[in-house]
Amino acid sequence: MSNLLSIVLFLPAIAAAILALFLRGDDEAAQRNAKWLALIATTATFLISLGVWFQFDPLQPGFQFVEERAWILGLNYKLGVDGISLLFVMLTTLLMPLVIASAWEVTSRVKEYMIAFLVLETLMIGVFVALDLVLFYLFFEAGLIPMFLIIGIWGGRERIYAAFKFFLYTFLGSVLMLVAMIAIYVAAGTTDIPTLLATDFPSETVYILNGAVPGGFQTLLWLAFFASFAVKMPMFPVHTWLPDAHVQAPTAGSVVLAAILLKMGGYGFLRFNLPMFPVASEIMAPLVLWLSAIAIVYASLVALRQEDMKKLVAYSSVAHMGFVTAGIFVANQQGLDGAVFQMISHGFVSGALFLCVGVIYDRMHTREIAAYGGLANRMPAYALVFLLFTMANIGLPGTSGFVGEFLTLMGMFQYDTWVAVVATTGVILAASYGLWLFRRVVLGDLIRESLRSITDMTPREKWIFAPLVAFTLFLGIYPSFILDPIQPATAALLEEVETARALHDGALRFAESPE
Amino acid sequence: MATIILFAPLLGAIVCGFGWRAIGEAGAQWFATALMFLAAILSWAVYLTHDGVTQTLTLMTWIESGTMAADWSIRMDRLTATMLIVITTVSALVHLYSFGYMAHDENFREGESYRPRFFAYLSFFTFAMLMLVTGDNLVQIFFGWEGVGLASYLLIGFYFRKRSANAAAMKAFVVNRVGDFAFLLGIFAIYVVFDTVSLQAIFEAVPLARDETIRFLWTDWPALEVIAILLFGGAAGKSAQLLLHTWLPDAMEGPTPVSALIHAATMVTAGVFLLCRMSPIMEYADSAMVFVTVLGALTAFYAATVGLVQTDIKRVIAYSTCSQLGYMFVAAAVGVYSVAMFHLLTHAFFKALLFLGAGSVIHGMHHEQDMRNYGGLRRRMPLTFWAMMIGTLAITGVGVPLLYIGFPVGFAGFVSKDAIVESVFAAAQVEGAAHATFAFWALLVAATLTSFYSWRLMFLTFFGAPRGNAKTHEHAHESPWTMLVPLGVLSVGAVVAGMAFYKPYFGDHDAVAKHFGIPAHHAEAAEPPAEGAAVESDLAESDAEELTHALPGQGAIYMAPDNEVLDGAHHVPYWVKLSPFVAMLLGLVPAWLLYIRRPELPARIAAANRPIYLFLLNKWYFDEIYDFLFVRPALWLGRFFWKKGDGAAIDGTVNGVALGIVPFFTRLAGRAQSGYLFHYAFGMVIGIAALLTLMTLLG
Repeated sequence: MSNLLSIVLFLPAIAAAILALFLRGDDEAAQRNAKWLALIATTATFLISLGVWFQFDPLQPGFQFVEERAWILGLNYKLGVDGISLLFVMLTTLLMPLVIASAWEVTSRVKEYMIAFLVLETLMIGVFVALDLVLFYLFFEAGLIPMFLIIGIWGGRERIYAAFKFFLYTFLGSVLMLVAMIAIYVAAGTTDIPTLLATDFPSETVYILNGAVPGGFQTLLWLAFFASFAVKMPMFPVHTWLPDAHVQAPTAGSVVLAAILLKMGGYGFLRFNLPMFPVASEIMAPLVLWLSAIAIVYASLVALRQEDMKKLVAYSSVAHMGFVTAGIFVANQQGLDGAVFQMISHGFVSGALFLCVGVIYDRMHTREIAAYGGLANRMPAYALVFLLFTMANIGLPGTSGFVGEFLTLMGMFQYDTWVAVVATTGVILAASYGLWLFRRVVLGDLIRESLRSITDMTPREKWIFAPLVAFTLFLGIYPSFILDPIQPATAALLEEVETARALHDGALRFAESPE
Repeated sequence: MATIILFAPLLGAIVCGFGWRAIGEAGAQWFATALMFLAAILSWAVYLTHDGVTQTLTLMTWIESGTMAADWSIRMDRLTATMLIVITTVSALVHLYSFGYMAHDENFREGESYRPRFFAYLSFFTFAMLMLVTGDNLVQIFFGWEGVGLASYLLIGFYFRKRSANAAAMKAFVVNRVGDFAFLLGIFAIYVVFDTVSLQAIFEAVPLARDETIRFLWTDWPALEVIAILLFGGAAGKSAQLLLHTWLPDAMEGPTPVSALIHAATMVTAGVFLLCRMSPIMEYADSAMVFVTVLGALTAFYAATVGLVQTDIKRVIAYSTCSQLGYMFVAAAVGVYSVAMFHLLTHAFFKALLFLGAGSVIHGMHHEQDMRNYGGLRRRMPLTFWAMMIGTLAITGVGVPLLYIGFPVGFAGFVSKDAIVESVFAAAQVEGAAHATFAFWALLVAATLTSFYSWRLMFLTFFGAPRGNAKTHEHAHESPWTMLVPLGVLSVGAVVAGMAFYKPYFGDHDAVAKHFGIPAHHAEAAEPPAEGAAVESDLAESDAEELTHALPGQGAIYMAPDNEVLDGAHHVPYWVKLSPFVAMLLGLVPAWLLYIRRPELPARIAAANRPIYLFLLNKWYFDEIYDFLFVRPALWLGRFFWKKGDGAAIDGTVNGVALGIVPFFTRLAGRAQSGYLFHYAFGMVIGIAALLTLMTLLG
């Protein structure tokens, strides 16, 4: 089937439309129907996306399942996946049914809640499959709306502040990207991403207000895209919206935010910054690497002091994304493979950690670490699951968390040992905050009166965790399962980047030579 | 067969941990134990039939990225085989022992099922440890490395209600991570230099990499030196060497069988194993090895001094473990890897024996661990007493000095410790080897102290009059058979291991080479030995030349052509051979005087030398110093970054910049949330409209 991607893309949106148009009333039956419909739609999306997964030829580096149609105003509707984007699509479709299931106990405005998630799924998949700049921008920006609503309506006490902050940061970043896209269109005359990937944007030094800008046009475009993706990622120092957004977002929203939305930043770096502006990427790499290394240490140290469980996990996300950004811009095989792997793995692990917080939040209605302690006494299954994901977060070999961390660090070490040494301290700090959280929440004697009757995970909760546990272990033991499709894509990307850089260097030498 | 050895414990762990509801608690425990005995029997079969030739078996791909390829695989050579018997034997015995020891644990409530969990952890630990020693590439070794770390964490914190146990577990993991930090960097450096992480490929490329340099931090270094130091950093963490040792004494919070298995016989020796495993690199990293020698010797000395004054029976043994590990590091660092493995092997027997013996005492004394409350227990626990006596005779190094009947005659520790001391002396004869001279004397002093605190432990526990709670003493009892049988088996090991394994680990070069599968090339033996390496020039008959031509990667360990320490060790003066025995006596006599003849004296000495006493009792204040240097600053920084960095600086600036807009938006926020959204969507639509307009105009 040639339009498989379109089906995967729009199925959730269609379900959302059905909910919006045909489901009336807000009684229990209607709520149940809304949840079931959302669950079925997301599951169906996942099953169909499996078709893409199995028909995908991992040995081929280019885009597959390409669909192209003329659209309005001379724009093209163009979709396709390569080894990198396919994984993000699969991550999204796999996680969404779990997210819906995790929101099963929500009681306020259930229908709208489900619609928000279904629309969000379409938009997220759209970001990963769009092969046209305008289309990409549409999905990328529109994705903010449902997330904004999820935080702003179903969020915690300070949801307005958090939603506002989320908006302010991400929107300002995107404005610059929009400008850059216009510039790209002016320069290249097309918005077709595969064509743009093959375009060499000028990289001669330009002068702005008498200041030399090495890398010229490329650097300017690079910076504009960087602004948008760095906020999304989020990178130090524009990360502060994330902890607030996480704390205020409902559990399901946090899961989507951490597991998928953050990955759009990394995906953007991989799809735009590095391959389209390879020379600029090389020039700016030291900056990105140091910001990443700082992010790892800084966020880990901050995580150490958090009193709110969600904030702690959020800061740990910032630290883990540091590995990703560093891995991408060292631009070597291990770095890139590790970065993609880390993003996928983080999708499972951080998603699961937020679910872990959600499990006890649902019971006690607090995220305060100090309000817990000794949960292992009454919740052995929960303790085990929490331990597993803590260990995966720490990067214990045998879990998926290790592979990405290991490969990106190895990539960094080849680039610059200073960066690698600073970043590697992250393994010590991660163990510190991770185990300390575990100790304060799960271990110890059960002293608090309020926890005496707390119950272990329900079968529904266990079923939600089961696939996450399975994937975290499976990818830790057999990472080739996804490294195999990643590698042809990253290897091809790398080759292009290196060719472009060599060309640029050659041009420089030519310009500098006396003749 | 190796595959069965490797996965039997994993199967045991899984079935025991998850399936005990189905097969019952006892069934689960027996299942895990039976599998462990199976693994032990097979390990001995592997060890005894192993011909020294390295074999590798690839199970599955693991991580592959570019030229970085790490498989799940089994490397079987003499080092692996030696570790196999140590791990599986001690583990099987500890499983059996745990039936008795863990039968009724006061830390758990009536009806609570903690035993299957305990056995599952033990089995899982064994699996991880086996993965470590069978790894054919550094990444798999690191997997095992972290796996045992996890198991250690879980077992130290097994009494999860106890605050101190949780703190100790976390400390162990984090301190080990500091070592892992270095280990990881070491792996990266190896990849950069060798373009591979597979052991065999690394070993074979070592001669080519001898003169390579690597950029590390601010300057270029000899590549192999950097790698060796970084790997040692990892080893030091796991093996509790000085500066990274602080977790080991605290780890005694775990149940005693755990201490015996993990924190005495197996996991803590992983660092020694790593050094021996990477011997081709270590051989060419002379400066790094000087550092390791000194640090190992210092550890041996430091731990022994602290052991002098501890009153908790397990802590004394813990410090003694720390100290003995220092001996092993020194041996490996001066280039006698086989001797390091020899001591590792004998130490596993007698130290596990001592721990399990101590566990038997603790069990009999209702979990009393303070030796000040023991005394006269040899009448109530005669079998335990004799087991501990054998262990003490072994660790202090009792034997018949200078008698040689194809092997020296003495307890296990006597033979292997002498081997180390003699080797270090031989290494010290090389010009400019002041570090080895220092190590030699440090080890001798440490041997004296070892003897003192070991006998002190014996005298305080089993001799004299009962002290402390009379009721506890009345109820003191000998342990059940499940605990006594392992003690018996290990006692046999502690007696004969030294004599039985003398030849293959510390015999002449031929024997050692044959055992470790190092090919000998008699035909080429004409080449003159390297100059200035050995003292005694009449070593001409030495077997060294036969080894000189073996290349790195041939055989389980590698000794460079100029490494003649092993030969030199057999030609040391008589006083050197006698010195460890004298050191033992020098420790025994004062211990006897102070704790048998004049039991009131120790308190008086402590009072008279209070500063020194407190210094030792507080372990040289390492914990306090680290707390001041690392823990507090980290916590302070975390708070500072959070409040000042994120709060004041970043949010402050951003909000400040946006000050003009914020009031506008907050006013909007008063309205329905959709107001927000509307404006946002509106903004986006305008943006897209602008883009589209432009495109139509230009297109």
